[in-house]
Amino acid sequence: MLDKAIIGGSRKYWTWIAFLLTLAGIGTINYIRQFQYGLGLTGLSRDVTWGFYIAQFTFLVGVAASAVMLVIPYYLHNFKKYGKIVILGEFLAVSAVTMCILFIFVDLGQPMRVMNVVLHPTPGSVMFWDMVVLSGYLTLNIVIGWTTLGAERKGVPAPKWVKPLIYLSIPWAVSIHTVTAFLYAGVPGRHLWLTAIMAARFLASAFAAGPALLIILSMIVRKVSKFDPGKDAIQALGKTVAYAMSANVFFFLLEVFTAFYSGIPSHQHSLVYLFSGLDGHAKLVPWMWSAAILAFFSLFMLIYPGLREKENLLSIACVTVFISTWIDKGMGLVVGGFIPNMFERVTEYSTTLPEVLITIGIWAIGFLVLTILYKVAIAVREEEIA
Amino acid sequence: MSMDRRDFLKIIGLSTVAGGIGGAGLLELRKGTAEASSAPHGRNKGSGSTLAMVIDVRKLESPDQYKRCIDACHKAHNVPDFGNPKDEIKWIWTDDFEHTFPGAGHEYVAEEVEKKQFLLLCNQCEKPACVRVCPTQATFKRASDGIVMMDYHRCIGCRFCMAACPFGARSFNWRDPRTAPNLQNPANLNPKFPTRMKGVVEKCNFCAERLREGLEPACVEACKDTKAIVFGNLDDPKSEVREMLRTHYTIQRKPELGTNPRLFYVIGG
Amino acid sequence: MNDKGKIMAGLIIFIGIFTFPFYSNLGKASAVPEPLLNTPVIKQMPVKQCVETKEYMRANHMQMLNEWRDMLLRDGIKTYKSMSNGKEYVISLQNTCLNCHSNKKDFCDTCHKYLAVHPYCWDCHFGPKEAGV
Repeated sequence: MLDKAIIGGSRKYWTWIAFLLTLAGIGTINYIRQFQYGLGLTGLSRDVTWGFYIAQFTFLVGVAASAVMLVIPYYLHNFKKYGKIVILGEFLAVSAVTMCILFIFVDLGQPMRVMNVVLHPTPGSVMFWDMVVLSGYLTLNIVIGWTTLGAERKGVPAPKWVKPLIYLSIPWAVSIHTVTAFLYAGVPGRHLWLTAIMAARFLASAFAAGPALLIILSMIVRKVSKFDPGKDAIQALGKTVAYAMSANVFFFLLEVFTAFYSGIPSHQHSLVYLFSGLDGHAKLVPWMWSAAILAFFSLFMLIYPGLREKENLLSIACVTVFISTWIDKGMGLVVGGFIPNMFERVTEYSTTLPEVLITIGIWAIGFLVLTILYKVAIAVREEEIA
Repeated sequence: MSMDRRDFLKIIGLSTVAGGIGGAGLLELRKGTAEASSAPHGRNKGSGSTLAMVIDVRKLESPDQYKRCIDACHKAHNVPDFGNPKDEIKWIWTDDFEHTFPGAGHEYVAEEVEKKQFLLLCNQCEKPACVRVCPTQATFKRASDGIVMMDYHRCIGCRFCMAACPFGARSFNWRDPRTAPNLQNPANLNPKFPTRMKGVVEKCNFCAERLREGLEPACVEACKDTKAIVFGNLDDPKSEVREMLRTHYTIQRKPELGTNPRLFYVIGG
Repeated sequence: MNDKGKIMAGLIIFIGIFTFPFYSNLGKASAVPEPLLNTPVIKQMPVKQCVETKEYMRANHMQMLNEWRDMLLRDGIKTYKSMSNGKEYVISLQNTCLNCHSNKKDFCDTCHKYLAVHPYCWDCHFGPKEAGV
């Protein structure tokens, strides 16, 4: 089936591929520099030890969940309208998890030793389990997506053994969020992270950001090909985004309540830093307010049916959801957790150019994977139409 | 070698059977809670000893005395000094009361205490968060004496331990430590102790390499004349550290986090 | 089936690139190095014996170094009992191995260079002081 990624590509398709390859190339060159010099090429320091890379990783784990929000209605509740779109969700998951793995990889100080995680397995470490669930989720989605699409192409029902894998992928999707949230929620002394609803927040923001991206992608697919994922499917997904984003904002406000009504200073410091600055340091303040305003704006657009039902307005709402959760769950959560540091001092963090270029490079690789997989899926669907 | 392989297969097998977040992870958790319920502030029940340190800050008066401790340590362990906070690596350093014991102070802390500098280093916790989170066991607690060690050969540089340590005791080699100005001069190098390489995390090792040769930790030795740092076996009721703890009011950094630091401070009185 | 030309051209290019290491090194074979054992400490030894036999060391020194490292650092085992001569040796790269093999350049490096392996021992550990190193 992979031949469909090469055959019949339009001029636009190849220009897009070339563009992504260029960005990936620039990223790779900068990664080689980082590999030789060390992670000192980034803006990280002994006080803020995780930054832009881990922020992308955390956010993208969420995007990978988009699939499950289609799989549950389609396979468990027989919601036929998702029949055409479910493959797009599965392939988006493949692309997102691929990026997650790459972001972890470029964040390692000794990437050549990454297999030590397998060589010295440590069940007590959340990081070990994160590796297990992420690689498992990647495999599940590749196998499920490829097999069902292959069967569809031949006009036969998907083999029986795929069904249990599809059912398994549902709790598995929940596990990737839960385990990733545990990376943060399980460490003592970082008050922004030490919260029991961290995993719930991860799930909520994931089920908002993933389907939001999927809606945008579906609209693009419809524009550039003859394959239409369906207006009803997009509208149904829009409702998912509306509910999930409401839960996401609600959960965040719960955190604000606990921190400020309890009056415990250490629980407030990170939030104060993020939204109004601490000890004269306020680099993230404009970002966080943008995220907050975009979040409420998107809620307004999503909750009122009259607005959500207009597709161009829905697409705007989805873009704002995507940007808002990207800021909040990425930089806000990861960097905010490190500020103030363990001595209640503020050391700020800002990205460097190589760091940004490497990040763009990985996004480009992710979109390359996505483009190729979608091209295959679209080609199969166009064959059916023809 | 064969032992390694067996352990490896055992854990892999267990993990595979467990499938999700079950089995092995739960076992690990249960082990933790069992320990916690039987002995909330318990001793290390394992064989051997538990090394600990009592720092009597009253006896450290001049900045020069602190500097002696810090220099002795950093020289003994070839700790690089890049001269900028972004690349900073430190095993032992000082800070004031407010930042050493966040949350412990108040508006009316005695001026003498408020202005005092405190020596900070790895707390060698009994229940170290860094060890719990490390995905490769590159950092581990040694059974024989409870020292939280680093295996620089195994560290993959994920820095999860740095996120987890509540005491900011860990540093990362953001770049090749051998390029640091202070290590360029051969006179500054301790040829008996290795440097690190870029991309690994490092921290105080309670001078495990000196203890092996029957020496005291470098910082203890450097301020021996002041008798400010007492070092010894916490499991031995007759040891000097236990004597200090018995006769003085001591505090720990962030005891509420349950890591049970093995560093105690005598701050006044 | 009119792509014969393209396929053949592709194959030739592939084989050309794939075999590059072979023809680029053709005729440049260097002599097998012989690690030198002429250090002062070894010269004074009545029986020239390493911790294990020469053959064993040649084949397994890298695994042994890994085992020593884990024994000392992780398990706190300070000495190693030789399988070949039953003697106990202090586990230390810098103070045991390199005490005899103080000629890193003529001992370690010659072979490693010949085999194009790059052990990262010396990124952290200090080699013995040698003239011209």
